[in-house]
Amino acid sequence: MTERAHLAVIGAGPAGLAASVAAAAGGVRVTLLDAAPEAGGQFYRQPAAELRARRPQALHHQWRTWERLREGLRTHVQSGSVRHLTEHHVWCVERNDDGFTVHALLGPEQEEPAEVRADAVLLATGGYEKVLPFPGWTLPGVVTAGGAQAMLKGALAVSGRTAVVAGTGPLLLPVATGLAAAGVDVSALVESASPKSFVRRSRALAAQPGKVAEGAGYAARLLRHRVRLLAGHTIVEAHGTERLEAVTAAALDGAGRVRPGSERRIPCDTLAVGHGMLPHTDLAETLGCGLDGLAVHVDDEQRTDVPGVWAAGETTGIGGAALSLAEGHIAGRSAAARLTGTEPGPGTWAAADRVRTRLRTFFAALDSVYAPPAHWTEQITDDTVVCRCEEVTGGAVREAVAELGAGDPRTVKLLTRAGMGWCQGRMCGPAVAGLAGCGLTPSRRPFARPVPLGVLARAGELDHQ
Amino acid sequence: MRSPLELVGAQPGPAFTVTLDGREIEALPGQTVAAALWAAGVTSWRGTRGQGRPRGVFCGIGVCFDCLVTVNDRPNQRACLVPLHPGDAIRTQEGTGHDD
Amino acid sequence: MVGAACAWYAGRAGLDVILVDRGPVAGGTTGAGEGNLLVSDKEPGPELDLALLSGRLWGELAREFGDAVEYEPKGGVVVASSPDGLVALERFAEGQRAAGVAAEPVAGDRLHDLEPHLAPGLPGAVHYPQDAQVMPALAAAHLLRASAARLLTGHTVTDVLRAPDGTVRGVRTDRGDIHAPAVINAAGTWGGELAALAGVRLPVLPRRGFVLVTEPLPRRVRHKVYAADYVADVASDSAALQTSPVVEGTAAGPILIGASRERVGFDRTFSLPAVRALAAGATRLFPFLERVRAMRSYLGFRPYLPDHLPAVGPDPRVPGLYHACGHEGAGIGLATGTGHLIAQALTAKTPDLDLAPFRPDRFAEEAA
Repeated sequence: MTERAHLAVIGAGPAGLAASVAAAAGGVRVTLLDAAPEAGGQFYRQPAAELRARRPQALHHQWRTWERLREGLRTHVQSGSVRHLTEHHVWCVERNDDGFTVHALLGPEQEEPAEVRADAVLLATGGYEKVLPFPGWTLPGVVTAGGAQAMLKGALAVSGRTAVVAGTGPLLLPVATGLAAAGVDVSALVESASPKSFVRRSRALAAQPGKVAEGAGYAARLLRHRVRLLAGHTIVEAHGTERLEAVTAAALDGAGRVRPGSERRIPCDTLAVGHGMLPHTDLAETLGCGLDGLAVHVDDEQRTDVPGVWAAGETTGIGGAALSLAEGHIAGRSAAARLTGTEPGPGTWAAADRVRTRLRTFFAALDSVYAPPAHWTEQITDDTVVCRCEEVTGGAVREAVAELGAGDPRTVKLLTRAGMGWCQGRMCGPAVAGLAGCGLTPSRRPFARPVPLGVLARAGELDHQ
Repeated sequence: MRSPLELVGAQPGPAFTVTLDGREIEALPGQTVAAALWAAGVTSWRGTRGQGRPRGVFCGIGVCFDCLVTVNDRPNQRACLVPLHPGDAIRTQEGTGHDD
Repeated sequence: MVGAACAWYAGRAGLDVILVDRGPVAGGTTGAGEGNLLVSDKEPGPELDLALLSGRLWGELAREFGDAVEYEPKGGVVVASSPDGLVALERFAEGQRAAGVAAEPVAGDRLHDLEPHLAPGLPGAVHYPQDAQVMPALAAAHLLRASAARLLTGHTVTDVLRAPDGTVRGVRTDRGDIHAPAVINAAGTWGGELAALAGVRLPVLPRRGFVLVTEPLPRRVRHKVYAADYVADVASDSAALQTSPVVEGTAAGPILIGASRERVGFDRTFSLPAVRALAAGATRLFPFLERVRAMRSYLGFRPYLPDHLPAVGPDPRVPGLYHACGHEGAGIGLATGTGHLIAQALTAKTPDLDLAPFRPDRFAEEAA
């Protein structure tokens, strides 16, 4: 008897979980690899088990969906059709003659290797947050909005007592209400999108009754926690010497510039700031998958253009948990069908397909509502650190552009080291591109995370299961 | 003030002791280095390589590498990822994290 | 880098220079290199002579630009991996010394004075104090800025303009014509394509190389350290993957690890086997690197010509056309000498070196 086909799913967030369950139900053997100790990804990030939270749902939305996913995973793990490998940090997926090798590092230390051989891979690597710099953004106490949420959901930790939540995007609302529910005094939610732009996009937004209700729920909670909403505003500076003490918020004019005289200082010890999300595409790019802009290109079946590689969720475009679930389901079904030698029929994922279409339209509309201020680069002073790792300032980037002939992020990087540090430009990439006067383009990162040279030297030599 | 632990009805086991540069601080089972340090009122534990500026948690999910810290003599660990165990020695980090 | 050096030396010789590049500054092989200024890997002959001249010129430039371009006269250490290898290496060094290279034998028990973290038990090495390093992209950018050349990046040369008698009149770009009595082909790995636009053959081919970059570290590797096999690999004509460890620290902190060579055309696909071999070689030389993290890897295409010598000087087939390309993996190091010789040729001075071995038309008969 030949062994069942083996699919490696990378990432145990909504997309990876939905994909694993669908693929296992379709008759393939699944290995689900994820960096976290518990499944859930960023959206359903769970508190560490040892913290023994009795009501983790108090920090979550769409908890019923999570319970269904968790139950589905548990059933398949128990039946042996899904193997869930926690704390596996995947640094590279290698294409071999007869399939793929997934290379991972184990545990939080990420020193010891693990390898998984599979016939096909499904990338559900999610996304990370985009943050645009402003003076003071490197002060301790300034965290990304997603970071504040991750620390809250996963570690049940907050960094202070008084917070401002700022930037732009649908993530800010749950972050503000979550912090407030956890006892933090949220003084303001500073959103650069203007209320008017919401009205302009009302038709696309109104096509999503569920989403409108969700928004109304957040609004009520903001009110209950007395969170001041400053729409059409931006943070121009974070103040403090050794840590954050206050921020200055200012109103934006119609052109997206700071309105002189509108600045106001808000004391706080925490600033949670974010300007949207970016897809994690490192593994896909190293495999040779084509991209659409910054996201992995997929067809209607969520197949990338590399045979045997599927992708689903935020890595194929930012669209939230519900879209990730639909895409994961389709990808899992497709992979199961193709790996068992059948052509998926037209009705195989009709319902998920409808959800996918609707939510992609919705998020495209949201994208045009939530935008950073048009002139955000003007807030980066010459002494503002832009590249946090290598401490490259706005002035150094501007000098490389104006005097050394750099017109693109790669040349800026070569001439200033911006983006050469530990995070490999994930944090400063959008800012460097903006200062160079061009859009963000994907940068190649053959290692999705740093890998010890000793592990690299022996990659591919481990015994495989 | 209501705490996140209260919000979710957390009932962790008894607190244990770890050290930060030799000073004892309390940690709960399941807490990461970053969570325990935040709970102890510490928000920075690294000085940057160039300017020696203070840094702590930024992205909270292991992407930005701002929260690097030395744990049990192992440098450049991400405080937001590493869970604590009784007796762990956390050291603030300067420069590359590697001794010269 | 070679183009920037030509612009610099031609400018100093009093010429007006326009520098045209289809990409940005340092966008080709320059931006993918380690910035080697080496004499150690060259056998006696014309390339070594060019390297010695270039090294002196780099030393002069360093007085002006040293810090800005991260110039480090740190010296090279070539390590033998076996007693036989050491004998061969010392014989090689003897020839180099006769040609003017400073090459000092280092006994196995003295190796750790030079490089405290080298693996134990190595039989010996040769120390080359003339080897140095620059940050190549910074070197190209700063030299260009100081050269006062007009910089036209993002301009693709689509044709070489010629008078009815065949003499060069300038170049056509996708953004207009540029007239000049002399055109220098410093297109590196793409130098063959540019030569073809002028109607001549110059068989420059790409030889792919990967570089591994580690996390930032305190200075633990002081010299450029490489295994003696590297010299054989450089001179080899094989198309298959070859790797020999080349390890060096940088001013910025990370350690750079080379060097792989393969002839795979312009394939930009990441190759785990290539970087795995680099990591294995580097950790054998420096065991402490086992636990050090690689943060990234990048690749580039060395421009090589069949006899491993660059094309430098006027092209007798096309009056007004000069070549300065095909330096393989040594383009940063050889850039200064090349720029200097090109400037001498442009101003009808007697060149400091005989250009005959670098004649761009030396491959013509072989094609016939």
